[in-house]
Amino acid sequence: MLPALCGLAFLLIPLLGLVARTPWTSVPGRLFSAEVGQALRLSLVCASAATVLCLVFGIPLAWLLARSGLPGRGLVRALVTVPLVLPPVVGGVALLLALGRRGFVGRYLHEWFGVSLPFTTAGVIVAEAFVAMPFLVISVEGALRAADPRFEEAAATLGAGRWYAFRRVTLPSVAPGLVAGAVLCWARALGEFGATITFAGNFPGRTTTMPLAVYLALESDPDAAIVLSLVLLLVSVAVLVALRERWMVTR
Amino acid sequence: MTGRTGSRSRRGPTLLLAAALACAAGGCGATGPAGDGSGAVTGTVTVFAAASLTEVFTELGEAFEAANPGVEVVFGFAASSALARQITEGAPADVFASAAPEHLRQVGDEGSVSGAPVVFARNRLEIAVPPGNPGAIVSLAEFADPLRTIALCAEQVPCGAAAARVFEAAGVVAVPDTRERDVKAVLTKVTLGEVDAGLVYRTDVLAAGGKVEGIEFPQAAAAVNDYQIAALAEAPNPVAAAAFVDFVTSGRAGSVLAAAGFDLP
Repeated sequence: MLPALCGLAFLLIPLLGLVARTPWTSVPGRLFSAEVGQALRLSLVCASAATVLCLVFGIPLAWLLARSGLPGRGLVRALVTVPLVLPPVVGGVALLLALGRRGFVGRYLHEWFGVSLPFTTAGVIVAEAFVAMPFLVISVEGALRAADPRFEEAAATLGAGRWYAFRRVTLPSVAPGLVAGAVLCWARALGEFGATITFAGNFPGRTTTMPLAVYLALESDPDAAIVLSLVLLLVSVAVLVALRERWMVTR
Repeated sequence: MTGRTGSRSRRGPTLLLAAALACAAGGCGATGPAGDGSGAVTGTVTVFAAASLTEVFTELGEAFEAANPGVEVVFGFAASSALARQITEGAPADVFASAAPEHLRQVGDEGSVSGAPVVFARNRLEIAVPPGNPGAIVSLAEFADPLRTIALCAEQVPCGAAAARVFEAAGVVAVPDTRERDVKAVLTKVTLGEVDAGLVYRTDVLAAGGKVEGIEFPQAAAAVNDYQIAALAEAPNPVAAAAFVDFVTSGRAGSVLAAAGFDLP
């Protein structure tokens, strides 16, 4: 009992400390300032876009790992999990060396298409997707493996095409795992700092997400940093409350 | 003076224990735990220094260790504003070397500085471009071009504040693509070739060697940064802290600083 309470206290006390130190009188003014609005809007947009990117590429990848019988799947799964354990700044450096203007892929993007990802909002989305995708892939893969493939076989014998069966049979059966993965993915993307600041840089309105804004405000204006932190905390809590039990359930 | 007095109460517990044991065993007399009978400097001295001091302070640290065997110098390099925040939040540093007076003043206002800060070096900005100058940068005027990719320091960091002053002096409205957290981060973006130009210190251009090319500009004189150093009031090792401050402000250190590209006060 006591270790459980200690664990709970360990997680709650810093959050309570944040709430306790908030300069409540200046909150309304700061909350509607351009800086906070910009950073919050950018954070929400980028996290959501990154989650969409993860869904589009992550679900097929999870399918590949769970159902395809591909040889060397174990290796692929291990590689997919790497961004999960990689320190985010290292992820940012890796992205820069691969997709930067002089990167081994990025240089062709730049020379042939004039596309440059660093220092753009697209760069933020790419960095966030890179660190968040493993959450989605692992969660969906787990759900796919636990789901019974006989339902799809039954659908096939009843004349359903593979895409139809996937859409109408498979996806609904893995929905809890999918939602859990997507929520974790979104939350991870929202909170990303190291990869974002290293790869996408820092510019208000374009690449300064909330975590970056907090970090920089901490040095010049700690009260602003506290208010920004509080906003992020409330947004995160709101998302979790909205999804309540469902995100905890992974079948 | 730089805080040699009143150091007894601040002695680290290990030294106190060792001294107590030595006194008990050897029945020694009046020498206190600071070993100041011989003036020997020992232990670890933790120095928080501005990012732009990375290479030169590492060299000075090695020289200090060579001159004082038994001392180990440990550095924490980051933006001066970040270091000031860490010190006011209680980070166990002995010495703070800041790239601008306001950050040392910020720490001093909290009562955390022991003695008066000393200016030991000056630095000025220089344009850094990747080798070959792919962005065809000639002067500060190109920093106003939105088509070029530019990196600057964040405004709350000393090099960012200095950059704002030189742009004002030049009458240029810069259009940066990223504001980095310290000058070394700007330098890294330039060495990686990710930006066409960045505004860093002259010492950073020298330290980077062939990895960047430097372009001087006349308005650099409008924003000369005064680097200040001081021992901290809560220093775990005040004797070594004071000794390090004295070392950095000595003539010998001055020649090392000058060789690295700093101006001397």
